[in-house]
Amino acid sequence: MLIKRLSTLLLIWRSETQLNIDLSQTFDVLVVGGGNAALCAAMTASEAGATVLVLESAPKDFRSGNSRHTRNLRYVHGSPTDFLTGSYLEEECWDDLLRVTGGKTNERLARLTIRESTDIGEWMETHGCKFQPPLRGTLQLSRTNAFFLGGGRALMNSYYDTARKLGIEVAYDSEVEDLTIDNGNVSTAVVVSNGDSHEVRAKAVVVASGGFEANIPWLKEYWGEAADNFIIRGTPYNQGRMLRALLDKGAKPVGDPTQCHALAVDARAPKFDGGIVTRLDCIPFGIVVNRDAKRFYNEGEDFWPKRYAIWGRLVAQQPGQIAYSIIDSKSIDKFMPSVFPPIEASSIREMATKLELDPSALVETVTTFNSAVQPGTFDSSDLDDCATEGLEPPKTHWALPLEAPPFYGYPLRPGITFTYLSVAVNEQARVMMQNNNPLPNIFAAGEIMYGNILGQGYMAGFGMTIGTVFGRLAGREAARYALD
Amino acid sequence: MPSTDLLKEAERVMNICNACRYCEGYCAVFPAMERRKTFLDQDLIYLANLCHNCRDCYYACPYAPPHEFAVNVPKTFDELRVETYQDFTWPNFLSGLFQRNGLAVTLITVVSLFIVLLPMLLLQDPAVVFSTHVGEGAFYAVIPYALMVVPALAVSLWILAAFSVGFFRFWRDTGGRLGELANLQALVGATWDALRLKYLEGGGHGCSYPDERFSHTRKWFHHLVFYGFMLNLASTSVAAIYHNVFHWDAPYPFFSLPVVLGTVGGIGLLIGTAGLLWLKGQMDPGPTNPRAFGMDIGFLVLLFLTSLTGLLLMFLRATPAMGMLLAIHLGVVLGLFFTLPYGKFIHAIYRFAALIRYSIEQSHERPGSSAKG
Repeated sequence: MLIKRLSTLLLIWRSETQLNIDLSQTFDVLVVGGGNAALCAAMTASEAGATVLVLESAPKDFRSGNSRHTRNLRYVHGSPTDFLTGSYLEEECWDDLLRVTGGKTNERLARLTIRESTDIGEWMETHGCKFQPPLRGTLQLSRTNAFFLGGGRALMNSYYDTARKLGIEVAYDSEVEDLTIDNGNVSTAVVVSNGDSHEVRAKAVVVASGGFEANIPWLKEYWGEAADNFIIRGTPYNQGRMLRALLDKGAKPVGDPTQCHALAVDARAPKFDGGIVTRLDCIPFGIVVNRDAKRFYNEGEDFWPKRYAIWGRLVAQQPGQIAYSIIDSKSIDKFMPSVFPPIEASSIREMATKLELDPSALVETVTTFNSAVQPGTFDSSDLDDCATEGLEPPKTHWALPLEAPPFYGYPLRPGITFTYLSVAVNEQARVMMQNNNPLPNIFAAGEIMYGNILGQGYMAGFGMTIGTVFGRLAGREAARYALD
Repeated sequence: MPSTDLLKEAERVMNICNACRYCEGYCAVFPAMERRKTFLDQDLIYLANLCHNCRDCYYACPYAPPHEFAVNVPKTFDELRVETYQDFTWPNFLSGLFQRNGLAVTLITVVSLFIVLLPMLLLQDPAVVFSTHVGEGAFYAVIPYALMVVPALAVSLWILAAFSVGFFRFWRDTGGRLGELANLQALVGATWDALRLKYLEGGGHGCSYPDERFSHTRKWFHHLVFYGFMLNLASTSVAAIYHNVFHWDAPYPFFSLPVVLGTVGGIGLLIGTAGLLWLKGQMDPGPTNPRAFGMDIGFLVLLFLTSLTGLLLMFLRATPAMGMLLAIHLGVVLGLFFTLPYGKFIHAIYRFAALIRYSIEQSHERPGSSAKG
């Protein structure tokens, strides 16, 4: 008992000492944010000889922003490794990026990211990252993406441990509210740390504090009251305060401010931080109806991995920002289990009652759908020939009549992953002003500058690639500036 | 059956984990979980005993407390394990020993000490107890051979019965059939995984023990304990052969096989148990089941004392202290052996059974089988 008590005391003492940082000194490099890009910048700057302070707005248990919900990273490599099969070269990655963004990308910065990602896994491993060999859950991406053993939070724990060994100071519960810029040079950051306001001086600042997807009032500027019904899949700490501050000071915006990456998640998910487990993969196997019990989009348009990211916006456009996926017992075992059990009913009418939909409207929708389904050979691994005829909207693949009870229903809401609005940067990760001049000592990395490269769409594991590449770039350039 | 609340909590946690699967590279629990879509009580008992409590998943988990999902796999499974130990206890009326196990093990050991010490002090001539004995049969001059061996054999048979009943109860209650056990490949696979403590390696980087940093320290201390224990068993077996086959009486010379095995094993146990106790002292309470603390400490201390008294006896056997040391050592050993089925040691039985089940499940999924990945 005594040993236990002593160890508890020791833990408390340890966590308290972490806040005992002398904020009156001038740091070479101040890193705003505590996710992947921030830590990559901090470690790189520290290794270049700079004194580094990391200001993380979240408490320690929730540190790392959205990086804690990630799982893998895409990088180019010429030959197989222990964790990647085959090879993945610059041109193929560029083609993939061009396809998902529909050309909305800055080619110079995109190609820089892709080239600088070459064999980046080795750098990550020397900084504590542990990858896992391809297993069942990761096989479909095993050539292009390396998976972190235990996922993003485990990766970030390793990075924080490496940062500690490098002597990097980390202040948690410390949100930067503003930066003071004189003649284009940042000199101080106004930090609220555990309720107290401080001015911290630094020679250079790396802003890696994410987007604004958790800032509901800001989302409302573009989405109106509908944003109240959005579920934020990641950290509640991405308030976009630094993004706002930089834009207000004349930084050049890039990326559509009205757009965000959104998928349909289980409506029962927590408002924030539900992460991966709230996603639903059932949509292609049944029908999706809105609050009026009407179908509104082709559920079988294409393979799910190519279509899941459009469903957030589709649901956001429905009345009340809610929809319901309904399947029958033929399909319940065909997709990954989700965290909330489905709502079960023995008839469509009963399902309507349980989902609080108009029973006769739902029965009519299902009857119409069922009678439009044409015979075919169901194959979930192929774009099969099970389709509807004469139905609007159609279901062009995997259409099977909903007829085998029990029926299962999942309520859907838009789940926001990240926002696209960013500050423009140059090839040294320097923040660009609206007059196209770079700021000398403010650098940006990670989600706050995604929009330069991902103007729309998403490519699995590429956010972490941008964060790692630009984190290192920003850290290197910030240290170079500060130590000159 | 374990309490409904605990089973419900384990089911809730597994449903979250099964929708995430980020931890599948750490150990056997997550691949075993992925083979299931729903979790019956028997699945949860199996998974709980398959968990080696390495805690890697706790620190990797974005849903660990204080997140509102409060996913805490190591703690939940540890709580469930202790309840399964109670459930599978033979004879049933002794299952209460798991309630306050640290206290129970301590009391049983004290009683065992008295069982050996009191008769010796009351019935044996003090002059014999407190004088120096050397040469063959020196121990038996103090405590007659039959009085050592007959109770030891009786306790051994008792605990073997308890282990066997526990094993088969576990096997039955986790949905197993006896015929499945006739699977040499699975038995070899499970034994190999147990002998090298594969799942204390957390995918190759070690446990998050005592805190969130990966470390192999705990695995190595556990190896010292396990192999130290096995060397001591080997020492006793060799001594039994010497006695019964060759009619050589203990004590044996310092460089004889039983003494060398016993000494090396004893030192291993001493360092291993001390190391594990030391790690426990620094352990992060987050993923820890506080109710298992007494059980874990009780067993480690008892092993440590067994080894310490054995080594002292070996070094001081040619002095007048031998008589008392022999009685104390035998008393501690009696306590240790009697509590093997009713304390922390029992985890080895159910862990091994769970590893066999895991190995069988894996063999069903190898290439050529119809199960889908």
